[in-house]
Amino acid sequence: MTSALAAPRSPYARAPRKNGVNWEKWGWLYMRVSGIVLVVLIFGHLFVNLMVGEGVSALNFAFVSGKLANPFWQWWDVAMLWLALIHGGNGMRTLVNDYATTRVARGILKSAILAAVVILIVLGTLVVFTFDACPAGQPADLLPTFCQAL
Amino acid sequence: MWSWVLHRITGVAIFFFLLVHILDTALVRVSPEAYNAVISQYQTPIMGLGEVALVGAIVFHAFNGLRIIAIDFWNAKYQRVLFYVVIGLWVVTMLAFVPRHLINVFSH
Ligand code: HEM
Repeated sequence: MTSALAAPRSPYARAPRKNGVNWEKWGWLYMRVSGIVLVVLIFGHLFVNLMVGEGVSALNFAFVSGKLANPFWQWWDVAMLWLALIHGGNGMRTLVNDYATTRVARGILKSAILAAVVILIVLGTLVVFTFDACPAGQPADLLPTFCQAL
Repeated sequence: MWSWVLHRITGVAIFFFLLVHILDTALVRVSPEAYNAVISQYQTPIMGLGEVALVGAIVFHAFNGLRIIAIDFWNAKYQRVLFYVVIGLWVVTMLAFVPRHLINVFSH
């Protein structure tokens, strides 16, 4: 960290780009719009999973499959998944830009963030939409009660 | 400035939790036993206290995020007052959450 900081309000070292899409601006807006939606999605998520009934101690496979058998919760969870990972990944990108001092370090760290975000979005979306609430050959006491009616 | 530091730290902490949380939830696709084995780790007293810290971080980040949005789109004049509003809402939310959560953790 030997590079000196330029004096405040000195001209840009590189002239700002004048044409093309201003991605930084859309990223800035995305953080705010997704943030507002995430407040609703995450507070609802925490309320239903941790406050209703016996909260954390009631969580198990039967509880989750009861929720994911319902399209309402499928879409709730998928929306939360995409919005939160992209919001968090973009936020982490800001931190890398602020704290990683070399070009190589920034490249490696941002690639790692991008890879984590893409892999988890694909994994999470597949889990929610290919999920089987009543998998065959499993002990009935681990499954939601509605499986017995099948 | 402290609101900014806290917003960064809570943002990073939540991000790393989210990575783990998607992986543990993905176990519902493996088998009921696998999912139950891992989720029972979230039901221990130590993790129960960790969940209090996690919810505290999320609630702060959420309310302070709304404060940032209000400052950017509305008026920066009230930023200091709004910070005390964030703290107040955080205390009220945690008072609603923590006792109930600890009863759920420690009575099972
Ligand atoms: C609960 C609803 C949420 C709200 C209202 C919210 C709001 C915000 C806002 C307004 C920013 C500032 C962006 C900027 O300055 O350009 C931000 C940054 C950030 N958020 Fe969130 N957020 C929420 C949830 C999350 C979640 C779930 C994560 C993790 C996956 C997260 C991680 C981050 C990170 C890492 C930053 C960057 C911090 C920085 O640049 O200093 N946030 N958030």
